[in-house]
Amino acid sequence: MRERGKTPSPLALSREGELVKIYILIDMHKYASPKFFYTLAGQLTPWMAALTALLLVAGLYFGLFIAPADYQQGESYRIIFIHVPAAWMSMFIYVCMAGAGAIALVWNVKLFEMFAGNCAPVGASFTFLALVTGSLWGKPMWGAWWAWDARLTSELILFFLYMGYMALEASIDDPRRAARASAILALVGVVNIPVIHFSVEWWNTLHQPASVSKIGTPSIHPSMLAPLLLMSLGFTFYFFTVALMRMRNEILERERHTTWVAQLLESRS
Amino acid sequence: MPGFLKAIGCLLRRDLTVALRRSTDVLTPLVFFIIVVSLFPLGLGPEPAILRTIAPGVIWVAALLATMLSLNRLFADDHADGTLEQMALSPHPLTVLVLTKVAAHWMLTGLPLVLISPLLAVQMNLPESAMGTLILSLLLGTPVLSLLGAVGAALTLGLRGGGVLVSLLVLPLYTPVLIFGAGAVAGVIAGIDIEAHFSLLAAFLALALTLAPWAAAAALRVSLE
Repeated sequence: MRERGKTPSPLALSREGELVKIYILIDMHKYASPKFFYTLAGQLTPWMAALTALLLVAGLYFGLFIAPADYQQGESYRIIFIHVPAAWMSMFIYVCMAGAGAIALVWNVKLFEMFAGNCAPVGASFTFLALVTGSLWGKPMWGAWWAWDARLTSELILFFLYMGYMALEASIDDPRRAARASAILALVGVVNIPVIHFSVEWWNTLHQPASVSKIGTPSIHPSMLAPLLLMSLGFTFYFFTVALMRMRNEILERERHTTWVAQLLESRS
Repeated sequence: MPGFLKAIGCLLRRDLTVALRRSTDVLTPLVFFIIVVSLFPLGLGPEPAILRTIAPGVIWVAALLATMLSLNRLFADDHADGTLEQMALSPHPLTVLVLTKVAAHWMLTGLPLVLISPLLAVQMNLPESAMGTLILSLLLGTPVLSLLGAVGAALTLGLRGGGVLVSLLVLPLYTPVLIFGAGAVAGVIAGIDIEAHFSLLAAFLALALTLAPWAAAAALRVSLE
């Protein structure tokens, strides 16, 4: 404003703060518009994918080759480098999904609707991965593929919640309505998850006292903690990369009748 | 607010009248409940000791399933003839109207289940000392089932495959009630102090009473768009 004229109009001066705010708002709307987000996500995806690959390779290398074998569980404990991050992700993604759903419900932002919807398959996959690796670990440790351990059971119920969310979303044809309905379901679920978790824990202690002990060491050696954290970060970046890629697809699908998608297609062919 | 209370009274009386005029609708979940419980001795054999151990769980799971089956009746008819839209347009808050409809639903499905449960308990060889606990746990638990079910029913209103879908949405949310409902009855048989079970069931009821009507009303507004 000031560079343009020597005497700025009093209106511009008094409103300068407001104007800046408006510019920021416009900018945010620019990035929240599907078209700009599509290009932005396209630029971000390769970097995030490379970072994901780097973190996963480093995590697996430290976990499988550098970290020492456990004195009680031998080599088979190494599955925790997949199992524990997957279980963390399963819960983290549900919270992300519910949070994005709440934002979409309150402010009607299309991007968050798409983000929430695209969280579910990734979250369900991580939950499934946590269940499968838990069961693979349980066979040599507990002597059974499945035990009604509190954490396994609440993970199973979380998997059912994801299934319900995806089924509801898939059975509504209008994408806006599907997003709103499934956001309400995710919010109901997020209130219920702690209740379910503690219920299952108490139920478990009532039924089978201390027959099952998880990794009993309260503190974990740094050489084991480092790969665990690397893998968790790698999984987090994997989630955001895949979410961005899925969102790009959905943007194209939802906006297929607009001119910018038509132009994009023309420039590609 | 007399108008407001009058609306609640009218809606409750209307829902009960409409349901009782088609009494088979009311009886179906009840008969289903009895049949499911009666199937277990046929599948597992009639040993009284086994039946006594599984009785709390079987009766509770059957109550869950029977409630779930009755959920489509909650909003579907009113949605089909447009009554639901009129309710959403009325000056009274939809949340309270939903709560009233849930109350009517509980009186027509939850309460009969509670009342018939002693008969099934006798059939399943449940000790008489556990009878009171069973009734009380169902009395506290079945309203929670109706309330959570209302959210599922509102979300799946008018969707294809609504009946199966609602079970997928609602059954995972029912697990805490099942754990502590059946746990209380099993606890009495085992001689454990079950005060905590009842406190938790009552806490679930309080939580569901305060939050579920809001979620169900929001879901109805989405479904009515």
